[in-house]
Amino acid sequence: MTEALLEIKDLKTYFHTENGVVPSVDGVSFSIKKGETIAVVGESGSGKSVTSLSIMGLVGSPGKIVGGEVLFEGKDLTAISKRDMRKLRGNDIAMIFQEPLTSLNPLFTVGNQISESIKLHQNASKEQAKVKSIEMLRKVGIPRPEKVYSSYPHLLSGGMRQRVMIAMALSCNPKLLIADEPTTALDVTIQAQILQLMRNLIHENDTSILLITHDLGVVAEMVDTVIVMYAGHVVEYTDVYTLFKEPKHPYTKGLLDSTPKIHELKDELQSIEGTVPTPGSITQGCRFQTRCPLASGKCFTEDPELKEIAQNHKVRCWLHEEGEVAI
Amino acid sequence: MGKFLIRRLLQIIPVLFIISFVVFCLVFVAGDPVALMLPEDASPEDIEQLRESLGLNKPFHVQYFTYMLGLVQFDFGESFRYKESALPIVLERLPATLELATASMIVAIVIAIPLGIWSATKKNSPLDFLATGGAVLWKAMPNFWLGIMLIILFSVTLGWFPVSGRGSLSHLVLPALTLGTGIAAEMTRLIRSSMLEILNQDYIRTARSKGIREFFVINKHAFRNALIPVVTITALQTSTVVGGTLITETVFSWPGLGQLLIQAVNTRDMAIVQASVFIIAFMVILMNLLADIVYKILDPRIKYLKGEDICRSIHRLEIKIQQLQVQSRERLISLSVGCDFC
Repeated sequence: MTEALLEIKDLKTYFHTENGVVPSVDGVSFSIKKGETIAVVGESGSGKSVTSLSIMGLVGSPGKIVGGEVLFEGKDLTAISKRDMRKLRGNDIAMIFQEPLTSLNPLFTVGNQISESIKLHQNASKEQAKVKSIEMLRKVGIPRPEKVYSSYPHLLSGGMRQRVMIAMALSCNPKLLIADEPTTALDVTIQAQILQLMRNLIHENDTSILLITHDLGVVAEMVDTVIVMYAGHVVEYTDVYTLFKEPKHPYTKGLLDSTPKIHELKDELQSIEGTVPTPGSITQGCRFQTRCPLASGKCFTEDPELKEIAQNHKVRCWLHEEGEVAI
Repeated sequence: MGKFLIRRLLQIIPVLFIISFVVFCLVFVAGDPVALMLPEDASPEDIEQLRESLGLNKPFHVQYFTYMLGLVQFDFGESFRYKESALPIVLERLPATLELATASMIVAIVIAIPLGIWSATKKNSPLDFLATGGAVLWKAMPNFWLGIMLIILFSVTLGWFPVSGRGSLSHLVLPALTLGTGIAAEMTRLIRSSMLEILNQDYIRTARSKGIREFFVINKHAFRNALIPVVTITALQTSTVVGGTLITETVFSWPGLGQLLIQAVNTRDMAIVQASVFIIAFMVILMNLLADIVYKILDPRIKYLKGEDICRSIHRLEIKIQQLQVQSRERLISLSVGCDFC
């Protein structure tokens, strides 16, 4: 078995607000192998973005990593110095964000922003960085890269800006790419192009990807392993085939049911009733209890653990804890 | 850019006409200067004679016409007091005021930029409270009072700087501090709130995710963005700065435009008042033009081409809204602390 590139153990990121402590990420564990693509899915507020920012060490105040380890090639990123962390960021671990429209600095040219990290991490001269930046822009499929190099971001479309973000993220050949909903803000045809582009570039360099998304279509298309998060917890963790074929957690099932399918004509799309509870509001029992159609007895009093119910298939649910699989 | 400059310079002309009309009306309704020019026991005939010789007995529109006729030739008439043409007297005082204003702006920038950035990056730290609290306190202090306090401390007690007048660099220190720290107080709070907003932007997160040192994230990526609203508001506040010079110049007997204007108002020397206000208005307009040019340099999104004026108006509107938000916040704070008059 290949060694894990990134291993997260019992990660806890809490926000210390005026209204008390909010556990955004509460005991999350998973690992990514070299070259593997893994997806974290869940609704807004499930803690998936905070997980990714925790890996990058970019959780802003009042948030703080209060427990657990983030092991990258064996080094615990929560314990290393700021300086060492900066060396990793943008170099070994790169990130693409959800909002291409606001993720580029409006006052600097595209070229300036891409070559900035090349100069920083690869000790390249201004000229070398320019050559490399233009090469990256060409790689991500931007027409007339020389011209785009000296353009400002506001002159580019959303899709183009996301390509620039990808070029920027991949410019130093990172070992891990964290993509936080990279296609959410784009229209469907552009989405497909961007996904295809990411897939091609990753295969070229054997980069691992942590994909944060709430789009199950993207998951089916791109990834090997899926982590389903709910209210700061991992509720299901398995490979993509098992997830779509045999979802075990009622929440995963709900998510899959609420995805429109092209071969089923339905008047009404199914949805999961209610919304994700505010982190910290459920103190007793399973966090999905308020929305779970099958919740009973123990679900209201005790929090289930993430248990392996089959090979490479972990679920956090009392129904499976007791051998009941009939949902 | 060239076209834009020409258009903006042409736009100044109607604005100046409107200002000159307003100034004329204000002076007209302010009262008869003749009463102050003659001794109290002057006979009505003497008064009437002087009024006639000054053309003050003519109706409003005739006086205005005479005034405008002079204005287009840059002639504001003769000063009652100096018995000379008003404009050269005013222009002679201009360098002193510009010197004071420039020195004050330098003081303000040197204090406000580091302090504003610092308190934004260390938000809610004791240092931030000290800086913002100090800024509010400073803003609440009237200029004339601060000037007098500085004179008492540094000139009278310690004897470090001269009490008043203009000449060497040491003469400039106290007036520049009086005016400059006042501007700095306002500017610090502006830079702070502007920086706080920018530091929450997505592109700052992107910059951090690239592994850039925090120093560059703040001073390169954030500060330049934060400057845009600061430039607008500073330009809009030129008039406040001018108001400040009037008071500061009087306190320190600084032989500038402000001192001249206040004396002229006291003696109802209308030609000097009109010429001074006209020159001050012109300076304020020029500062706004300068701000527009600085924007263009700071922000590549702004285009001053003909068809894209809308873009610019929207941008201006955004800045205006931002500025109003900042102002309303400031107002709330200053209301709870002190007067907003100065």
